Amino acid sequence: MANTRTYDEDVLTEEHGFEDHFHDHHHGDKYQTSFLTHYIFSQDHKIIARQFLITGMFWGLVGALMSVIFRLQVGFPEESLSWIKPLLGKWITVNEEGFGTLAPEFYYALVTMHGTILVFFVLTAGLSGTFSNLLIPFQVGARDMASPLLNMFSYWFFFLAGVIMFYSLFLSTGPFAGGWTAYPPLSILPQASSGSGAGMTLWTLSLVLFVVSVLLGGINYVTTILNMRTKGMNMWRMPLTIWAFFITAILGILSFPVLAAGFFLLMCDRTLGTSFYISEIFVGGQALENVGGSPILYQHLFWFLGHPEVYIIILPAMGLVSEVLAVHSRKPIFGYKAMVFSMLAIGFLSFIVWAHHMFMSGVNPFLSNFFVVFTLIIAVPSAVKVFNWITTLYKGNIRYTAASLFAIGFVSMFISGGLTGIFLGNSTLDIQLHDTYFVVAHFHIVMGVAAFFGMFAGVYHWFPRMFGRFMNETLGKVHFWGTLVGAYAVFWPMHYLGMAGVPRRYYSFDNFDTFAHFDNMNKFITIAAMVVFALQVLFVINFFYSIFKGKVQKTKNPWGATTLEWTAPIDAPHGNWPGKIPAVHRWPYDYGKDGEDFIPQIAPLAEGEKDHGH
Amino acid sequence: MTPLLILICLVLITIVVIQIGKVTELASSIRGEEDTQFETNRWSGILSLVFLVVFLVGCVYSAIYYKNYMLGYGPHASASQHGGSIDFLFDITLFFTGIVFVITHIALFWFAYKYQGRKGRKAEFISHNNKLEVIWTLVPAIVMTLLVISGLDAWNEIMPDVADDEDFIEIEATGVQFNWLLRYPGPDNMLGTRDYKKITGVNPLGQDWTDPKNHDDLQPGEIVLPVGKKVRVRITARDVLHNFYLPHFRVKMDAVPGIPTYFIFTPTKTTEEYRQELSNYAEYQVPSDPDDPNGPQRWETFEYELACAELCGNGHFSMRRVVRIVSEAEYEAWLGQQKSYYLGNIRNGDEDPLKGQVLDLEISQRKTDFTTAVKQALGAPDSVEKVIPLNYVQYETGSSTLTADSQYELDNLGAGTQGECLSAD
Repeated sequence: MANTRTYDEDVLTEEHGFEDHFHDHHHGDKYQTSFLTHYIFSQDHKIIARQFLITGMFWGLVGALMSVIFRLQVGFPEESLSWIKPLLGKWITVNEEGFGTLAPEFYYALVTMHGTILVFFVLTAGLSGTFSNLLIPFQVGARDMASPLLNMFSYWFFFLAGVIMFYSLFLSTGPFAGGWTAYPPLSILPQASSGSGAGMTLWTLSLVLFVVSVLLGGINYVTTILNMRTKGMNMWRMPLTIWAFFITAILGILSFPVLAAGFFLLMCDRTLGTSFYISEIFVGGQALENVGGSPILYQHLFWFLGHPEVYIIILPAMGLVSEVLAVHSRKPIFGYKAMVFSMLAIGFLSFIVWAHHMFMSGVNPFLSNFFVVFTLIIAVPSAVKVFNWITTLYKGNIRYTAASLFAIGFVSMFISGGLTGIFLGNSTLDIQLHDTYFVVAHFHIVMGVAAFFGMFAGVYHWFPRMFGRFMNETLGKVHFWGTLVGAYAVFWPMHYLGMAGVPRRYYSFDNFDTFAHFDNMNKFITIAAMVVFALQVLFVINFFYSIFKGKVQKTKNPWGATTLEWTAPIDAPHGNWPGKIPAVHRWPYDYGKDGEDFIPQIAPLAEGEKDHGH
Repeated sequence: MTPLLILICLVLITIVVIQIGKVTELASSIRGEEDTQFETNRWSGILSLVFLVVFLVGCVYSAIYYKNYMLGYGPHASASQHGGSIDFLFDITLFFTGIVFVITHIALFWFAYKYQGRKGRKAEFISHNNKLEVIWTLVPAIVMTLLVISGLDAWNEIMPDVADDEDFIEIEATGVQFNWLLRYPGPDNMLGTRDYKKITGVNPLGQDWTDPKNHDDLQPGEIVLPVGKKVRVRITARDVLHNFYLPHFRVKMDAVPGIPTYFIFTPTKTTEEYRQELSNYAEYQVPSDPDDPNGPQRWETFEYELACAELCGNGHFSMRRVVRIVSEAEYEAWLGQQKSYYLGNIRNGDEDPLKGQVLDLEISQRKTDFTTAVKQALGAPDSVEKVIPLNYVQYETGSSTLTADSQYELDNLGAGTQGECLSAD
């Protein structure tokens, strides 16, 4: 392309790098002596990143398959589902005529598990876990995380959380079925829902372990970014990916403990007979003794995590997309500092908007005034980010790959889903739209599909960094265009359902004349969901095929990127750089500067040249 | 079997696509990577434009096609006084976000097309532009301010509780798995006290029967309300969270065990008026029962509905009650027909703590009965029919002393009634 000068990263690193005497002590490779310590109980951030990614993909497939199954029930209630009985067993009830339907309790269990799995296991662990681990040490120029051991624990706590959640799917009383938010009293009372028995116990246990995983990871990310940046890497020279992971980790550290505290009180109510969340309940023919608790208290604690959580999901995606867009447009990201400040603003505001999930929950309506104001303020930094992404494309020279396409698709999804947030953040409109399909459409587009698009952009872009091979680009583009159109086909019609007042989490709409006349739309959505699911299977096939058979990476820096991860050898050992650590001399977005295609961060400033990162 | 067939088709398509993927990669390595990249850029640019056009046209077309689902439009107009302000706010939000949506999408995909990588082109080094960034921070800030102000204005109009001196009807809805229990205050306009520990099979709300305010409370199977009168719904739950949701009235509020909530609204259209409005729309001019083409049409069978909008367990989707909005006169007539739940189901049964005692309510009822009987007797033409039955006068066995209840009744009959009867005599 327009490259005018080539850089030899090895020479630059050797000439200007930073000698930390890492390899004099041989503490790097002792971890990689056996299969078990290299691939299973590895402390190498690159392996841990791959473990997070592959585990996340497993959960992604499970969670998505669940949504296809419950969408079949919603879209095709008149079709027999007895053919999935071999898979689901007693959860498919077959009547005398051989007609099979999904049992309502399992429908709700699937909805609950779909939400829990996607939010926590896939879009938190699979996204932030993967790319924070892969990119933080690489891009700040560190040999590994601050504590590789805690980092390994972080993955294994996540793994354990997954094992417990998976086990709960096979309980005779069923997995938890009270929605991913687990609102009490439903989540406390096994009399009210069979999944609230053993299923809920395992659900809580699993998520507490998950909180531990997030905290171990988060503390590591923050420490690494603050303390282990290489020579010359000041904060304003960090790529936006690192800024995003940094803010994400801080949000996680501050909010997840509150969730754990909320769960702790929930466990007390469930097992010790306390009354933090329940009061004056008559259930199963019996009046409970508990008085004085408030179910709304749980909602406050839950959403104090729950709202930052959606930014924990979307910020890493934003970081990945910013980086991918800049690299592939061959231009600096537009308004680098505005991007950082808008992320900081979003991160800060995310802590003072939680009650916008609770406008209709019985809190004092006066309180809602504050939450409406802060919620709608978030639209401003979000808008700034969107404009900056779009302007990054302006006068660029865009190289189309699956990664850059997904990054552009992310921006489209983030706009579409973000704008409906302006409706829902306004408490007045929430009166009608709360808990309807409008909400389902909103959050699936803005934090589900958009976050996935960011993740896909990241996977396609950094696949060579992880596996030394490329993913199949043609399949990647089919995956992109199909998913873009398919995801809109799934979620766009839901806005109309929501406007018509159709509530979410309904097993069947036949009881209400108001909600009963959308059969064709529901069928359309289900078919689109199946197509989108098939495309994700295609992605998974492409992923595993490419690990072993993909096009081999021949050059260290295949995308012509400025950042440090591409200066390390293709098969980087534990410790990342065989000799010195590269030193940094400039910000990460010198694309197209002074007529050059790109200037890597490790290239010293020319005489009289001004650096943008200071 | 349709889903299974679709699944099989998808699997086959996947296999074909994978093969195509392998072949094109082979082809690209033969053609040279750089040329393939430019070819890819060209295709992707074109597809971006195609997607932009199809997507925007699809959005506009679907919005027109589904215009009857839009809040506040056509058959989906609100049936309550405050509903209009919600619908209006929805429309102005849609207007502003619609503009942003179209502009940003055109810019995004147009740039994606226009600035596709081409041979010999270089990207321009544009790192930031402070003026531009200030503008596009300020514009959304101003629009947001506008939306916040109009939103909060409406919110603080809709949500406050009723003032003491206001004229309103209070009813109560209690969510249970999986039903709504409804309660009207009866003639005294007061809902009686409840205690969840008093709940039994025949006392589903745990009403305290020693509280006289409970004696005239009604538990109808549907909500009937007069048009144009302010209603305060007291919302509560017995077991888990529920949500009192009236889609046509733009009413929604969680029902929380232990913490009663409320929602206040004023219905503006009777069920009959709403049906008439619906009769203008084609989708309502179809038989409501598809198996009975000659039966009533959809608009004729329309009812306002009460639903649950907070996940409450397996039967969450089935908590339906009919809401009927009628004229003031019809409402009064309906109220007159309703029987007190206490008198109809509890009175003198095993669970009645006042079993055997005479209640003030009964006395006043008997007073009315007695006065009616006297008037009827006086008006009767035939002396044989001039009889006043004394149903409730009871003497102690073998004595001419009134029983304690009858004496109490006589003492409390009220001088007015006595005088009325005597003067009529």
